Amino acid sequence: MGAFDFAVIQRALPFLWKGLQYSVQLTLTAMAGGIVLGTLLAMMRLSSHRVLNLPATVYVNGIRSIPLVLVIFWFYFLVPLILQSVMGASSPVHVGPEKSALVTFIMFEAAYYSEIMRAGIQSVSRGQVSAAYALGLTYFQSMAQVILPQAFRNMIPILLTQTIVLFQDTSLVYVLSITDLLGAAVKTAQRDGRLVEMYVFVALIYFFLSYTLSTLVKQLQQRVAVIR
Amino acid sequence: MNYNWNWKIFWDPVAAGSGVYWEWLISGLAWTLATGLLAWIIALVVGSAIGVVRTTPFKWPVRLGNAWVELFRNIPLLVQMFLWYFVLPEFLPLGLGTAMKQMDPPWATFLPAVLCLGFYTSARVAEQVKAGIQSLPRGQTLAGTAIGLTMVQTYRYVTMPMAFRIVIPPLTSEFMNIIKNSSVALTIGLLELTQRARDMSEYTFQTFEAFTAATVLYVAVMLVVVYGMRRLEKKVQVPGFIGTGARGGGH
Repeated sequence: MGAFDFAVIQRALPFLWKGLQYSVQLTLTAMAGGIVLGTLLAMMRLSSHRVLNLPATVYVNGIRSIPLVLVIFWFYFLVPLILQSVMGASSPVHVGPEKSALVTFIMFEAAYYSEIMRAGIQSVSRGQVSAAYALGLTYFQSMAQVILPQAFRNMIPILLTQTIVLFQDTSLVYVLSITDLLGAAVKTAQRDGRLVEMYVFVALIYFFLSYTLSTLVKQLQQRVAVIR
Repeated sequence: MNYNWNWKIFWDPVAAGSGVYWEWLISGLAWTLATGLLAWIIALVVGSAIGVVRTTPFKWPVRLGNAWVELFRNIPLLVQMFLWYFVLPEFLPLGLGTAMKQMDPPWATFLPAVLCLGFYTSARVAEQVKAGIQSLPRGQTLAGTAIGLTMVQTYRYVTMPMAFRIVIPPLTSEFMNIIKNSSVALTIGLLELTQRARDMSEYTFQTFEAFTAATVLYVAVMLVVVYGMRRLEKKVQVPGFIGTGARGGGH
């Protein structure tokens, strides 16, 4: 294999930086979209109306029982068809892999965030709910002003941990040949024939980022625990 | 939506190769299960050992155990897969590395996939086992020591039998994860279920049918796992302790 060639890594840095920017962007957008959608799913699952809780339950359990890779392929195939029927186009609407990946991650992560938010909503004591209703707040008012803020705060560490998992999962967009952090490393590795350097280096970047973030989350968790 | 439905496609002969398409998917499922089960054995053995070590009072083994968990938890599975498949053979002694690369087709990807998934999941199992042991009341260990058991005996006869029962529900979800995660091995060329569904869709353009079949198979496996683990949980349950009647609650 020859000696470890640091020059290869140095030359690839700008390209890797671009890849990392995409990864982070995808992570943050999927987190925001996933939490919003996940909260709605959680509210649906906790509803006593069958029409609301059945579809949400089927969706969440369905998504959670198949691999992310398969979900990525599903959406890559389905999104153009869905857009076609929504927009009434004559042929499937062309969506690039990047947009498709974004939709996939929002939809996929929503299922996982919804389980966290469900536990969060259930962690708020019943007295709070009753008090909100007693004050004459409607369902949506009590959710928005009383329950969700507390549920959200209780769950912040777990939501962030899930986001670190999400960040690592975004590397799977490799299967759609997207240039994320890993994609950039793979493309450079194959072009220059230096697999060892690139893969070890990219592993180090992921490790450094995930480890730092999870250490921060642990510290935050202790702080939040003190407040409660 | 103009899509040509054709659910009979599963009985069509495969365009390139032998057999019909449903046999293709079943062979994919078999590889998925084989990879998942073998990797699970590694994960359970290594993970339990490391989880137990992390609860002992020995400083350095605990640190090593912690480092192990952090290492495998903070690198994406796909990157680890590439490290096992592309990078590891380069660092092995010359003969061994070449031997690993030149194995016959399914084995050259199957072996790295199993090792990768096994070690990746071992870190998660270690976390659960550690949490299980630490969730036991301290009195249990003290009582073990008080009746004259050595530390090894206390672990063997007091702590571990209780801890393993407690961690059955979280380990169930890790087991389901390992089966789902085996799909990542398609990136190094393992012909497991997701890859077979993808190949079928590329050959026939019946993407919807192919993916639906794969989804149904995964869901079926998950249901079997949940059912099996629940029965196991009931069977090994200690009367009067955790989980009597209620399923999995509390953790």
